[in-house]
Amino acid sequence: MNLAIKDISYNIGRFVLTAVGIGMLLMVVMGMGGIYRGVVEDATLLIDRLDADLWVVQRSTRGPFAEISRVPAKLSDRALAVPGVRVAREFVYHTIQRQDGDRVLRMAVLGLSWPTDKGDWIPLVEGRPLGQSRFELIADQTLKLPLGRQIEIGNEVYQVVGISRGMISSAGDGIAFLSSADALAVQFDVPGEAVRLERAARESRGRLFDVAIQQPALLENATRQSGQLPAIARPSISSVLVTLEHPSDAKAVAEVIGGWTDVTVYTADEQRNLLLKGSVEKVRSQIGLFRILLTIIATIIMALILYTLTLDKLHSIALLKLIGASNTVLLGLILQQALILGASGFAIAYVVGQQIFPKFPRRVIITSEDLIQLAAIVFVISIASSGLGVWKAMVVSPNEALA
Amino acid sequence: MSTPMPADDPSAKIAIKAESLTKIYGAGNTEVVAMRDASMTVMAGEVVALLGPSGSGKSTFLTAVGLINPPTSGKIYIANQLIMDGPKALTNLRSFRRKHLGFVFQKSNLIPFLKAGENVQIACELNGLSSRQARIRALELLDYLGIKDRSQSYPSMLSGGQQQRVAVARALANRPSVILADEPTAALDSFRGRQVMELFTKVAHEQGTSVIVVTHDHRSLDVFDTLYEMEDGKLTQKTKEPLAVAH
Ligand SMILES: Nc1ncnc2c1ncn2[C@@H]1O[C@H](COP(=O)(O)OP(=O)(O)OP(=O)(O)O)[C@@H](O)[C@H]1O
Ligand SMILES: [Mg+2]
Repeated sequence: MNLAIKDISYNIGRFVLTAVGIGMLLMVVMGMGGIYRGVVEDATLLIDRLDADLWVVQRSTRGPFAEISRVPAKLSDRALAVPGVRVAREFVYHTIQRQDGDRVLRMAVLGLSWPTDKGDWIPLVEGRPLGQSRFELIADQTLKLPLGRQIEIGNEVYQVVGISRGMISSAGDGIAFLSSADALAVQFDVPGEAVRLERAARESRGRLFDVAIQQPALLENATRQSGQLPAIARPSISSVLVTLEHPSDAKAVAEVIGGWTDVTVYTADEQRNLLLKGSVEKVRSQIGLFRILLTIIATIIMALILYTLTLDKLHSIALLKLIGASNTVLLGLILQQALILGASGFAIAYVVGQQIFPKFPRRVIITSEDLIQLAAIVFVISIASSGLGVWKAMVVSPNEALA
Repeated sequence: MSTPMPADDPSAKIAIKAESLTKIYGAGNTEVVAMRDASMTVMAGEVVALLGPSGSGKSTFLTAVGLINPPTSGKIYIANQLIMDGPKALTNLRSFRRKHLGFVFQKSNLIPFLKAGENVQIACELNGLSSRQARIRALELLDYLGIKDRSQSYPSMLSGGQQQRVAVARALANRPSVILADEPTAALDSFRGRQVMELFTKVAHEQGTSVIVVTHDHRSLDVFDTLYEMEDGKLTQKTKEPLAVAH
């Protein structure tokens, strides 16, 4: 006769409630682990997907994910000229927040280096990659922009031509892919009045130069587009992504490009590390610590539950001792119940979690590694926390049965 | 009583012998001498009543010979074996209890999450019977005590008298040499109380089990072979004279 199961089936309602309670608790622990994984995964997702061998960024900066990095657009042509480089892509990246009706639309704008990169590598659930150099965009699912939707950003209207899956910035915002020209236009969208003011300022500055006094016609240049001015164009893109002929050349090529005094070069691994050590480090350790805390709390609560479960049975345990039950029998009763409770709680946590986690705004990634780890923790908790109950059962005198 | 008093029969076996048991609870100011120099010899098949006012030490004596409350000094022999020498146990008490002793108490001490049949069955299983054999034995016992039809009921669904019968069945499970009962009928009306007492005599005389019953119920004293009285921790055997007149 299995006493543990007899007791459970006699008190089935209470057992189910307790198991559900423990299940919910474990689900939170599980979810916290999943959120942690999600943050780490999301943070490096873009770097992994972009699949560049080298990142060329503004001198002395840690790259576009850590801080503002500005390099001239022409840098990609320079990089392409280095032997061993197969492709050099412009990379434009920044986050914008706009209003879409009542909804706050927060998205990371990523410029694709048209025509080298039309976004063929982006996992699409619907639609197609970019088909023209301007005014099209691929939106991530999480942005909830339907295919064919026209949205106005800055002065222009863009059409959603593709919907991607799982393309999320390290901050958890969905990514919108535009051509780099469009991305720059979004980034440097300047209102008409500001342009007029800037031109007037240029003209008035120009008036003071001797050249302009002698050749007034030169002043007409002041009202031309800034890109057409002979002055040094402002560095405008975030970085250049370099793909090599042979990835093994990375070190040599990085040395060559790194020799240019206006840029710094990182390999993809270095870039990934900078990201994990930098912008997501605090979030990561915050969630990590919270997860540890939750595990400790779960341990304490489970210990309490299992202890009270044993206390409630103390009279029966004393009675069993009185009629001569060995310690093995009593140990079996308490441990089996703890394990059954732990296992049911874990199963409930898993099943309910599978239903709830996908509805979270950010990704909750439950890896089987984490599941096994949590199962091991629950196993240890169940045994450790019944220790208190076992101790109580061992010291209870059979005399108690008579009380 | 038709049965001769076993104590008079030289061929009868001694089931239990308590020698000069003393029990002191606490120490110093709070010291209570609950039992002083109590001795008792019970033969196989003998049914003994233990009388006395409240707080006189009856339960202390019963739990001492029941090996659940070691005496401060004195010796306890069960089945011709010295088990307790003062507070010192000379064998594994729990397994000895399982094999040789059966207990019945005031409030039925049944395990609430086991059905009546299972309460008896578990006692057999603890003593090494397979669960099949244990189930058969449990049903036999419940049948013997006339409550086989309630074997599938939980204790909470049984009346006090039925619970006590199940408790007696459990006490009998492993064919113990001694049954110890502490006010087993206190929660029952006098009719049911007497039924339980008669059950003990039946078991004792049919199966040779010795029974020691602590009781306040003077109406059923005629079923006992021997009467003892506890007063202020002192144990004395009472003559059964006035009761014998009834025969
Ligand atoms: N665990 C204990 N600690 C201290 N004193 C105790 C303990 N158990 C019993 N006593 C004391 O020992 C004395 C005898 O108690 P016991 O329970 O044996 O009496 P009893 O004859 O069974 O009484 P009742 O008829 O009320 O059940 C009492 O004075 C009681 O207060
Ligand atoms: Mg008592």
